[in-house]
Amino acid sequence: MKFTLSWLKDYLDTDADAQTVAETLTRIGLEVEEVSDAGARLKEFTVAHVLSAEKHPNADKLKLCMVDTGADIVQVVCGAPNAHTGMKAVFAKPGVVIPASGEVLKIGTIRGLESRGMLCSERELLLSDEHDGIIELPADAELGTPAAIALGIDDPVIDVALTPNRGDAASVYGIARDLAAAGLGKLKPASVMPIAGTFASPVSINLNLTPETADACPVFAGRWIRKVKNGASPQWVQDRLKAIGLRPISALVDVTNLISHDRGRPLHVFDAAKLSGNVQARLARAGETLLALDGKTYTLDPAMTVIADDNTALSIAGVMGGEDTGCTETTTDVFVESAYFDPMRTAATGRKLGIVSDARYRFERGVDPAFVMDGLELATKLITDWCGGEPSEIVVAGKPPELSATIAFSPAVVKRLTGLSLPEDEIVRILRNLGFTVSGSGTLNVTTPSWRSDVSGPADLVEEIVRIHGLDKVPSVAMPRPHAVARPTLTPAQRRTRAVRRLLAARGFNETISYSFIPREHAALFGGGDAARRIENPIAADMDSLRPSVLPSLLAAAARNQARGQGEIMLFEIGAAFASGAVGAQRLIAAGVRVGTPVRSWTRDTHAADAFDAKADMLAALEAAMGAAMNAPVRQTAHAWYHPGRSGTLALGSNVLAQFGEVHPKILAAFDLKGPASAFEIDLGAIPEPKAKGKARSIFAPSPLQPLERDFAFVVDAKVSADEILRAARNAERSLIDSIGVFDVYEGKGVAEGKKSIAITIRLQPKDKTLTDAEIEAIAEKIVAAVTKATGAALRT
Amino acid sequence: MTDIAELERQLTAAIAQAGDEAQLEQVRVAALGKKGSISELLKSLGTLSPEERKTRGPQFNGLRDRITTAIAGRKQALGDAALNARLAAERVDITLPVRPEPRGSIHPVSQVLDEITAIFADLGFAIAEGPDVEFDDYNFTRLNMPPGHPAREMHDTFYVAAQDDSAAANGEAAGQQKTRNVLRTHTSPVQVRTMLKEKPPIRIIAPGRTYRVDSDATHTPMFHQIEGLVIDRETHLGHLKWTMEEFAKAFFEVEKVEMRARPSFFPFTEPSVEWDIRCDRSGGQIKFGTGDDWLEFAGSGMVHPRVLELCGLDPTEYQGYAFGAGLDRLAMLKYGIPDLRPMFESDLRWLSHYGFAALDIPTLDGGISR
Repeated sequence: MKFTLSWLKDYLDTDADAQTVAETLTRIGLEVEEVSDAGARLKEFTVAHVLSAEKHPNADKLKLCMVDTGADIVQVVCGAPNAHTGMKAVFAKPGVVIPASGEVLKIGTIRGLESRGMLCSERELLLSDEHDGIIELPADAELGTPAAIALGIDDPVIDVALTPNRGDAASVYGIARDLAAAGLGKLKPASVMPIAGTFASPVSINLNLTPETADACPVFAGRWIRKVKNGASPQWVQDRLKAIGLRPISALVDVTNLISHDRGRPLHVFDAAKLSGNVQARLARAGETLLALDGKTYTLDPAMTVIADDNTALSIAGVMGGEDTGCTETTTDVFVESAYFDPMRTAATGRKLGIVSDARYRFERGVDPAFVMDGLELATKLITDWCGGEPSEIVVAGKPPELSATIAFSPAVVKRLTGLSLPEDEIVRILRNLGFTVSGSGTLNVTTPSWRSDVSGPADLVEEIVRIHGLDKVPSVAMPRPHAVARPTLTPAQRRTRAVRRLLAARGFNETISYSFIPREHAALFGGGDAARRIENPIAADMDSLRPSVLPSLLAAAARNQARGQGEIMLFEIGAAFASGAVGAQRLIAAGVRVGTPVRSWTRDTHAADAFDAKADMLAALEAAMGAAMNAPVRQTAHAWYHPGRSGTLALGSNVLAQFGEVHPKILAAFDLKGPASAFEIDLGAIPEPKAKGKARSIFAPSPLQPLERDFAFVVDAKVSADEILRAARNAERSLIDSIGVFDVYEGKGVAEGKKSIAITIRLQPKDKTLTDAEIEAIAEKIVAAVTKATGAALRT
Repeated sequence: MTDIAELERQLTAAIAQAGDEAQLEQVRVAALGKKGSISELLKSLGTLSPEERKTRGPQFNGLRDRITTAIAGRKQALGDAALNARLAAERVDITLPVRPEPRGSIHPVSQVLDEITAIFADLGFAIAEGPDVEFDDYNFTRLNMPPGHPAREMHDTFYVAAQDDSAAANGEAAGQQKTRNVLRTHTSPVQVRTMLKEKPPIRIIAPGRTYRVDSDATHTPMFHQIEGLVIDRETHLGHLKWTMEEFAKAFFEVEKVEMRARPSFFPFTEPSVEWDIRCDRSGGQIKFGTGDDWLEFAGSGMVHPRVLELCGLDPTEYQGYAFGAGLDRLAMLKYGIPDLRPMFESDLRWLSHYGFAALDIPTLDGGISR
């Protein structure tokens, strides 16, 4: 919503300058986006008279001008082709900063001749891109005065970003009303005088709506004006429209734009000669089309309201008029429409058709239903003033909706909701200044004005009161925390997530955050890409699928980094993976990838990322999450995107906690990623809650006895897992075995085909007494027997 | 009778000349072994008269002790020399670089979230969370944006393809099956979830991913918000103001901030207030407390009575405030990160540059940032 300062002052008696107006508006909730004050910005640029403009003696394309600045006569060298004797031009004297260049103008010597100033183009003043010549001002521009006045741009333009609730402020008058209430001046009266019609309207109006759809257009008024002469609107109207960025077209068009901005009342003027029969408001027919004023043809549907004649739709109600019934230079009779259209339908129609218009802007925020008739009278007055003509009697169908509400309002609510103590008379004064009717005492009866359909309850009234009184006056009141000692802010799950995040970063992973939607073909590789996980309106075609796993995001990121020449890539992300498009079907996953070989080192002890890196990462993360080592078994199976022989799953029963392994070569190829790469996915939500137990640790009771180690080398079938051997060994002697390690795995020469050798070391911790050689021997035999029984292993000899 | 002095001279010389431990051992055996020269002397004591023994005994024993000491000393010296020689041979070029260790990092958004968590922990807030895919009802309707509400348009919503939802699956919001799910456009549905689940007093912050159909130089289709909600019987705008001031001061780590409250509009709050902070952005870095610029900090307001009602709370009994701010934006402002888009592009160079060390955990006692 744009307006100029002088326009505002039509309705507001105030001395305030543009800056004060802008600050006040922002303070009361009408946020000013921009104040464009060309008058202030260009105050150093003045009107000058070019006494003579002759060819520069030393240059073909330059002119030597003698310029009367009003203060003195100076010589100026000018390169503009249009500089000529007798013209009025915009002059900048030395010392002035030229807006386009930001440089201070100096006295210069151009081709041997002194130049004491400059005649400016529009581009140099940042008024437009025009740079073919200098600005030629009207001949009557007053010498020595600011050029902005002569240019008609000295009126500051203020641009307000209206919130969706403030239809009442979509007009200069409405803004003046708010400013007056805020104490910035006095609201001037702006009553509209009715104009009597001299003949019956040749067309009638009909609301062709059912009771269910009557709210689409509760009231529609119109009148015929005959024998008008369309032409240019008055200069002041054109100046105002241009100042707020509108293009003046003709009096009959400009009148609607003016009233729309002036009083927030959108109107439409039809060329009456182009109407067939009577006029009605109705819902559009399915598939009905309309060529609108923007030159585009729109296909309408029955959720939209149209104004139509007996034959066809004429305009999209509240949104845009039709081209075929628009006014032209030859228009002689017009039919003026003033109606109230439902905000919701108007908004939906505009959104669906993609039309942004001044009418829609106002109707969807809600116009003042009580101004329907006034708007029509005002249009009648301006049209007959500007174009002559003779108005008919008004025809009207329906009646304005009653949007006023009476709210029982206890003034104590102000203090209760804001902490601000305001005397009752101040509360009443503010409300009345905004147009509310206040009666009663104790609990007040507050009736909202017709233009404030957004106000419906006590909280709304509190907002009105506090915004006008001043939000900055709200006291700052400390809100101590409810407990003496801060309680945990994080839930146990959040705490675990944080531990995993910090742990992975400490292991060398870079945390990344990537979009939750990914290309469908990537999603398909990870079991997704189905219709249920599709975004209906993706931002781009390749971002249309909710990710079924975090890995595709990481692999795509790794590929981009690899393409940039990164060697070793370690990325992790903690974010959602979606099992479907249903609410609650997402899992919080911590996933990581290692790609490539670490930086080569003279120590020669680095290796390419492998499954055991991923396993170590996964176990470390789980340990960080749980605060204790994870002891769940690992199964040699995993999702299809892992290397089938080099991947695993860690699960507690059917509860899968994590998967990990080397990434399947086909996946690497799909992501254009050079491997090898290892990856892990941890389902943070699947990690069991810590068992509730006391904070106290078990008693520390170290054994005074010396531990001892024994090594065993087993030969087993190659398909026997290390885990089976370790578990068998551990279970053979649970009380004395302190730890078990695998120190060698070997297949090949010396071991039979289809077999492998696994060498383990077992550390025994005697409990009560030192073990004798015989006892140790017995334990060793027990272990060997257990492993042999479980796995068919033989001791390697 | 051997001349003791001569024997000692010979032995001492032999000890000094022993070039390694083996030679030294030969000397020791020759002197102190069973048949060694000193051993023989000591044995001879038994053949002497008591008088002689009185003078000879101490002489022989003294000789034995001196030679023993000399041998031990020589042994130590030989050992040291051998060790020194070995260590000299083991010299490495200590200027060689260490084994490469990858340096991980924490994303700025995570870091800033941890900072904000620390701040609000001190104010007695808990963290609440909700899903990214959300019921239309929670994202809009119960926040006072019924279907068709114009404010919905401002949200540029992503819709998830129609589902056979799901409400049954998590046992909440019965009757939601017919609605189309959305990617939540703000973190405010977490307010709804919290109010439906808990009775006041409520004090939560709700951080998370949010989504809007918007992508240009300063917008990404996914971004992060942080939401705050306080509901009890008396919390009012003054408390909100104090909270905003404390939050801004603690987050930007400055003694004082000047805040500007602007009346605004959100369908789910009434009155609605936006908070700006006075700042100076002239030097490319933000300074607070001076300057003519205003930095948008947070949107907020008193929770709309209709929202309380729709979330099962009696608005005549309960009231409170809610606020929301852009987490990414706060990170950018505090740490001078110029562009939003690279936040989600996973460029390792960017992550290393703007990321935080793993153990730089924001705490109130240690300072929320370095």
